[in-house]
Amino acid sequence: MAEPKPLLEVRDLQVTFSTPRGTVRAVDGIGFTVEAGRTLGIVGESGSGKSVTSLAVMGLHRGAETTGSIALEGRELIGLPEKELSRLRGRRMAMIFQDPLSSLHPYYTVGEQIAEHHRVHFRSGRAAARKRAVEMLAEVGIPEPARRAGEYPHQFSGGMRQRAMIAMALACEPDLLIADEPTTALDVTVQAQILDLIARLQQERGLGVVMITHDLGVVARVAHEVLVMYGGRAAEQATADELFADPAHPYTRGLLDSLPRLDDADDAPLRAIPGAPPSLTARTPGCAFAPRCARAAAGTPDERERCATEQPAFRPYGDGSRMTACHFAGAVQEAAR
Amino acid sequence: MTTTEPGTATAPVPGTPDGPPLLDVRDLTMTFPGRRSATGRRGAAVKAVDGVSFSLSAGETLGLVGESGCGKSTTGRMLVRLLEPTSGSIAFEGRDISRLSQGQLRPLRKHLQMVFQDPHSSLNPRQTVARIISEPLLVQGWSADDARRRAAELMDLVGLIPEHIDRYPHEFSGGQAQRIGIARSLATNPRLVVADEPVSALDVSVQAQIVNLMERLRRELGLAYVFIAHDLSVVKRVSDRVAVMYLGRIVEIGDKHTLYADPQHPYTRALLSAVPLPDPAAERRRERITLLGDPPSPAAPPPGCTFHPRCAKAQEVCRTERPLLRIASPGETREVACHFPGD
Repeated sequence: MAEPKPLLEVRDLQVTFSTPRGTVRAVDGIGFTVEAGRTLGIVGESGSGKSVTSLAVMGLHRGAETTGSIALEGRELIGLPEKELSRLRGRRMAMIFQDPLSSLHPYYTVGEQIAEHHRVHFRSGRAAARKRAVEMLAEVGIPEPARRAGEYPHQFSGGMRQRAMIAMALACEPDLLIADEPTTALDVTVQAQILDLIARLQQERGLGVVMITHDLGVVARVAHEVLVMYGGRAAEQATADELFADPAHPYTRGLLDSLPRLDDADDAPLRAIPGAPPSLTARTPGCAFAPRCARAAAGTPDERERCATEQPAFRPYGDGSRMTACHFAGAVQEAAR
Repeated sequence: MTTTEPGTATAPVPGTPDGPPLLDVRDLTMTFPGRRSATGRRGAAVKAVDGVSFSLSAGETLGLVGESGCGKSTTGRMLVRLLEPTSGSIAFEGRDISRLSQGQLRPLRKHLQMVFQDPHSSLNPRQTVARIISEPLLVQGWSADDARRRAAELMDLVGLIPEHIDRYPHEFSGGQAQRIGIARSLATNPRLVVADEPVSALDVSVQAQIVNLMERLRRELGLAYVFIAHDLSVVKRVSDRVAVMYLGRIVEIGDKHTLYADPQHPYTRALLSAVPLPDPAAERRRERITLLGDPPSPAAPPPGCTFHPRCAKAQEVCRTERPLLRIASPGETREVACHFPGD
């Protein structure tokens, strides 16, 4: 028997945009796998390419050139006609965003929008779709779902809108949920509710989840595996436990060291990373992180030269499934011990 | 007029034991009139801040935390008199500034400055850095040359390259732009800086730089901060004392170590337990208090303790009687507004 295909398998993804100032490579050679029932956290800052990656998986990039491979249960999505893609979107894979108002239409009631979604994908009747909408609102924890289904998005609070968007995303029972900063605009107590909700739905339905965020706390809480992106490239990938316990890439380590934490003493200054994330238009030939990297700065002239000019390959590291893109990954961990 | 050496700026007479505190805020209230609907009827008035009191010594940092709509930003804006409070008093070095006219405020403005969240939108894109940083000095009557010299000094102080003085804001990254905002706030040697979410719009890898900068400036210049933020980890880092706000009121205030180690108000406990830690093992071990529902609208606050609809410990008295801030346990200075504080 052939090995079952992973739910989502992305290989060597490249996304380039043509701009008046030349082509911009927003994503440069990203690969990852998401299994059913598992959560992959993609962490990055502005310009890291994390959101571009998620939009590419959903086939939502107009005007961008996407190459490489994006396979949903073995089926290649790159090059698929828009009509077939739009059938897969919603039905097999769905996406939620930071701002629910970007995906909820202000003119229609919340119930109508969820029902419409269901009707399109299942060709169900009005009454059945309407019933399904109310069921979904109940499932995501909206009180009085039958009444709330008749309300408009502006009548919902921020947390309720995010729940409604999740209800809409899951109404057609997709296998893959891509969540792009779904709790960034929410208060921390409401964020906790939404993360719990996504975790419960994942368990009940065996959803594969891609959680895109800048918040390392959120990733530590929900992700099984983590991909750290920097400057459009992969910096490090590992299980969440490995990554947080013993980061191999200087960027990951620098990020973790620079965070103020609730559970640490706070007398010494934070160990800040100098500089700022690189802009998309100014890609360097070497390692994107080299200009800010403590390891590169501490290296010999030859080592510094290598970091500045030679792009490190994203390659297996250690004995597990872990990958990293640093010429001196081992030394980073040694130094930290 | 002479410029002041930034490094040697004389610290303000720090809250001499017997003297008044730098800032003493009593029963501060801000009521916004309800919005007019299409039919011309006014909605209910919104009490954004409802009886807030605290004091701050020179050189001290008070963290103001809470979720959206809790009134923390409105409070901050009243402290520097960008808003005139509906009632209550704000004593700055013993003098009530809450009712002063803009003209009367002008000589005091140099002591009270503000840093905003989004560095790029709070800097005029058509002005050079020189102009942006010297603006408050020109208002105070400095000559253009002196102000420009001082602006260059300030750029150096906040870690910018003074040669970039004639550049425009868009030529700087987010972190650098926030440094410009901080330099502007320091131009007049203020004693109090109100910083409203100064790092939350910045990339994670840049936040620590700005936190460290603000801590260094506080040490070197003897500044007092009111540091407003929703990120409890950052607030713990920078503050001496922390006030937790909920629906326009302070529900708990005290020394940060006491407050974070042993929160007494059910809301503070829930808030702290909701913050995800960057540590998967710790996250799995943690017990979490999950609050139900969203914070209620400030336009229709619940009676009694405004937190009672979301509180697992609420009793009858919580629905009818507003709890006042009082010392939580003997020997502590921490105050809590709850009928049933603690476990």
